[in-house]
Amino acid sequence: MLLSVEGVSLAFGGVKALNDVSFDVRSHEVRAIIGPNGAGKSSMLNVLNGVYHPQQGKIRFRDHEFRDMDSHEAAALGIARTFQNIALFKGMTVLDNVMTGRNLKMRCNFLEQAIWLGRAKKEELAHRRAVEEIIDFLEIQHIRKTPVGRLPYGLQKRVELARALAAEPILLLLDEPMAGMNLEEKQDMCRFVLDVNDHFGTTLVLIEHDMGVVMDISDRVVVLDYGRKIADGTPDQVRNDQKVIDAYLGVAHA
Amino acid sequence: MDEGIEALDTFPKLLMYHGKVRGERPAIREKDLGIWQTWTWQRFAEEARYLACALAEDGLTRGQSMALVGANRPRIYAAIAAAQCLGAIPVPLYQDAAAAEMAFPIRNAEVGHALAEDQEQVDKLLEILPQCPSLEHIYYDDPRGLRHYRQAGLVSYDSLLERGRKGYERDPAFLEREIAKGSGSDTAALFFTSGTTGTPKGVVLTYTNLIERSRVVADWEGITDEDVVLAFMPPAWIGQNIFSYAQPLVAGYCICCPESAETVTTDMREIGPTYYFAPPRVFEALLTQVSVRMDDASAPKRAMYRYFMGIAQRVGERIMEGKPVKLWERALYGLGDLLVYGPLRNVLGMSRIRIAYTGGEAIGPDLFVFYRSLGVNLKQLYGSTETSVFVCIQPNDKVKPDTVGPAVPGVELKFTPQRELLIRSPGLFKEYYKNPEATREAKDADGWFHTGDAGYIDADGHLKIIDRAKDVGALTDGTLFAPKYLENKLKFFPYIKEAVCFGDGRDNACAFLNIDIEAVGNWAEKRHLPYSGYVDLASRDEVYALIRECVEKVNADLAQEPEIANSQIHRFLILHKELDADDDELTRTRKVRRRTIGEKYAALVAALYDGSESVHIEAQVRYEDGRTGKISADLRIAEAKTFAPAAARRAA
Repeated sequence: MLLSVEGVSLAFGGVKALNDVSFDVRSHEVRAIIGPNGAGKSSMLNVLNGVYHPQQGKIRFRDHEFRDMDSHEAAALGIARTFQNIALFKGMTVLDNVMTGRNLKMRCNFLEQAIWLGRAKKEELAHRRAVEEIIDFLEIQHIRKTPVGRLPYGLQKRVELARALAAEPILLLLDEPMAGMNLEEKQDMCRFVLDVNDHFGTTLVLIEHDMGVVMDISDRVVVLDYGRKIADGTPDQVRNDQKVIDAYLGVAHA
Repeated sequence: MDEGIEALDTFPKLLMYHGKVRGERPAIREKDLGIWQTWTWQRFAEEARYLACALAEDGLTRGQSMALVGANRPRIYAAIAAAQCLGAIPVPLYQDAAAAEMAFPIRNAEVGHALAEDQEQVDKLLEILPQCPSLEHIYYDDPRGLRHYRQAGLVSYDSLLERGRKGYERDPAFLEREIAKGSGSDTAALFFTSGTTGTPKGVVLTYTNLIERSRVVADWEGITDEDVVLAFMPPAWIGQNIFSYAQPLVAGYCICCPESAETVTTDMREIGPTYYFAPPRVFEALLTQVSVRMDDASAPKRAMYRYFMGIAQRVGERIMEGKPVKLWERALYGLGDLLVYGPLRNVLGMSRIRIAYTGGEAIGPDLFVFYRSLGVNLKQLYGSTETSVFVCIQPNDKVKPDTVGPAVPGVELKFTPQRELLIRSPGLFKEYYKNPEATREAKDADGWFHTGDAGYIDADGHLKIIDRAKDVGALTDGTLFAPKYLENKLKFFPYIKEAVCFGDGRDNACAFLNIDIEAVGNWAEKRHLPYSGYVDLASRDEVYALIRECVEKVNADLAQEPEIANSQIHRFLILHKELDADDDELTRTRKVRRRTIGEKYAALVAALYDGSESVHIEAQVRYEDGRTGKISADLRIAEAKTFAPAAARRAA
C-alpha cells in the first residue's frame, strides 16, 4: 500500500468539502477519483499534496503518517502534480519549464551555480539529460525551445506533465489531464499516462470527467459525491453501482 | 574517387570498404536527446555485421525478403545493409501507411523478417499478422510501450545486436564469405511504388542499377565525402533512399536523421546540408512559411523584402550562372544578400547548399525561380523508381524553369508518336516483382521503359514533361488540357494547398481547390474574421474573393500561352475538407488522385458544369484512428474572370 487516506474531513467554514473519506492507493496502479461537479475531487487532491490542511483524518504515505503537511514536504516525499488550469511559466521555454521540475534534485549551492564550478556543471548536464529523456518520452522535441505561452492548450498540458515527471515522483497527481482536449489529443494523453505508469513505474492518481477515459485506463476508481465516498472498486464494479448511477443521473423524486 | 572502389559491386562491400578507409569519418548522424550523435563508418559497418550475424541465426538467407518500417534512423539503414550482407532483399515500407496497406507488400514479397521503428509500427504488423503467415520475426528499435508484449518472435533490436556480436566473434569469417558471395547483378532492394493507380508494384533494382547511377551522378556533380545530406523523407521512397543509402555508400558522405518529423526545419538549420533533395511540395511549404511570416513582419521589413526580392528575381539567377550583369545591379544584389537573401537562406537551413534537387513531380516555375534567385542552386531532376532515379538533371550553368534538363550520361531517350517518353539506361529496373505481365507492359523487348509521361525535347536538348501521358486531354475545341500544369500554377499561391482540375472532353476547365489553412487562417486573423475551423473558413465570402483573385491571376497567365490559353479556369469551388491520403484522395507521396476524386465527388463536378451556384455534399471521412464519420456542407461555386488569349488580342 503506497498511500492510504483514513477518515479525512475538510471544511471551509460551514461548507464540508470532504466528509470522512477513506481510500487507499496501491503501488504502480492508476487510481481515478471521479464524481459530479463540486464532489470534492480537487479538494482531495489538494489535501494529498499539502495545499489544503484537513481538520480530521490521517494520511499515510510510504512510511510517513501525518494529518497535514506543506506542499514542499509533499514534493520532497515524492508527490508531484499537474493542475486543472495549467500553471506553467508562460514566458519560459518548454525546456526551462521542465528543468524547474528538477529543482528539488539540485544539490549545488548558490555560489557554485553562480561561478559555474565543476560540480555545478556536471550536475546541470545530468539534469539536462534527465529532462531530455522526458522530452523524448513525451514527444515534445519540436517545441523544446518554444516559449510555453505560444503553445496550443493540448501541448501545454503535455509540458505540465513533463515538468511533473522531471521531479521523478513516486506518486503523480493529475488534475483533469484531458480537460478541454479533442479526441485525438485525449488519445495521445491516455497513451502517455499509461506509458508513464508502465515505463517509470509511477503511481498515478487522476481526476477526470471523461468516463470513457477513466474506465479505459484506471485500475480502480473512487467515486465522491457531496464530499462523501459513495463507491470504490474496479471500473466495472463502479459502473454498475446504483449509488453512482444515481449521483450522475439524478434520482427521481416522486 | 577513392582507389579500388570502382571494383566493389554491392553495398555491403562498399560499406566494409568505407569502414576501413574512412573509419573515423561520420557516416550517419542522428539527433537524440537534443544532441547530434554520430555513427562513424566503422560503427556503421560493425553494426551491420553484427546484425547480419544475428539475422542469419534467425534464418534470413539469400533471396529472402526483410521489411523495414520506420522513419530515417541509423538502425533502419544498418538493417538494410545487414540484410544485403546476407544476400537477402530489404523491402522498405512507408511508415505512415495504414496496416492494411502494408499487408500487400509483405505477402507479395513473402517477408519473413521485419524491423519496426516503434510500438506504432509493431502494432500495425501484429494487426496484419493473420494475413501474412510468412512473417515470423518482428524486431523493434524503440522499446517504449512494448514491455508487456508477449508475441512470439518479437525481439528488440538491442538484444538482436548483442546476439549478433557474440555470433560474429565466434565466426567472423562466415560473414566475410556471405558478403563475398554477392554480385552486382543480384537484387539490391525491392521498392513498392506508391501506386497512383491500382495495387502497388514491387520494383526490383539490382546493385548495378543503383551503384552505377549513383556513381555517374556523383562524378558528374562532384559529390565528395565532405557532403552532408539531411534524410527526412520516407526511406521507402526511392527519392530518399538513393540519397541516404545508395549514394552515400558510393561517395562516402554523411547523412543526418532528424529528431522527429516535426523538428525537420530546426534540424536542417543546425546541420546545414550541402546536398539536398526534396519534392516540390516541401519547397512550397517552406515558401508558404516565409510568406506567412513576412506578412506578419513590420512595414519597413516588408518593404525591404519586397524590394530586394524584386532585384533577386531580375538578376539573382544570372549572377549564380555567371552571366553578365550590370555593375550597379550586382552591387544591389550584394546588399540584398547581406540584408535579405543571406539571412533568409540561413533561416531555411540552406546556407551551405551546393546542389539542391527537386523532382517527383513538376515544380511551379515561380516557386523554382524564387529559390534560385535567392542563390540556392536548386535544379530539377527527372526519374522514377524504375530508373534508379537519375534520368535527367539540369546542369549547373544551364537551368530552365520549365524543363528538367538533358539526359544524364548513359541514358537514352525517345518518344512514341503519342508523345510518351521512353527511356533506356543502365539504371533501369530488372522487373516488377512476381508480375511479368506488368514488366512486359512497362519494358519492351529492346529494353525501353515506357514512362507514361508525356513530353518533348526542346531546342537546347532539355526534356520538358507536360503531364502524365494518360492525363493529357483536350477540351471540346481541341485545346490541349494538361491538368497538372494548371494545378501547379494554382498551387503556387500560398493560399491554395491543393487543386484538382477537370476539363478533358468538356467545353472549359474547372477546378476544386483546398485552401491552406495556415496561410488563409493567418490572413483571416489579420482581418479579424472569426472562423471555427477549416469548413467554416473555406466557405466564407471573403475567402472566396481571395481565392478568386488567385484563380484570375492564373487565367491572366494562361492567356499568355497560346497553346493552352483556352484552358483557363471558368468556375471553381473550395472543397469542404482537405484532401487526404487516408481517404484515398492523395497518394502517400501526396499526389492528387484526380480520377478517384472525380468519381467520389461526381456530384460536385456535375455542378461545376451545369451552371448551378451551390451544391450540397455529404461525404464520408476517415479519422486517423480508423473510425469514419460524415461531413455535410453546402458548397458555393464561384465564377472566375477569363481573359482573351494574347495572340487573339494582338490580332484584334
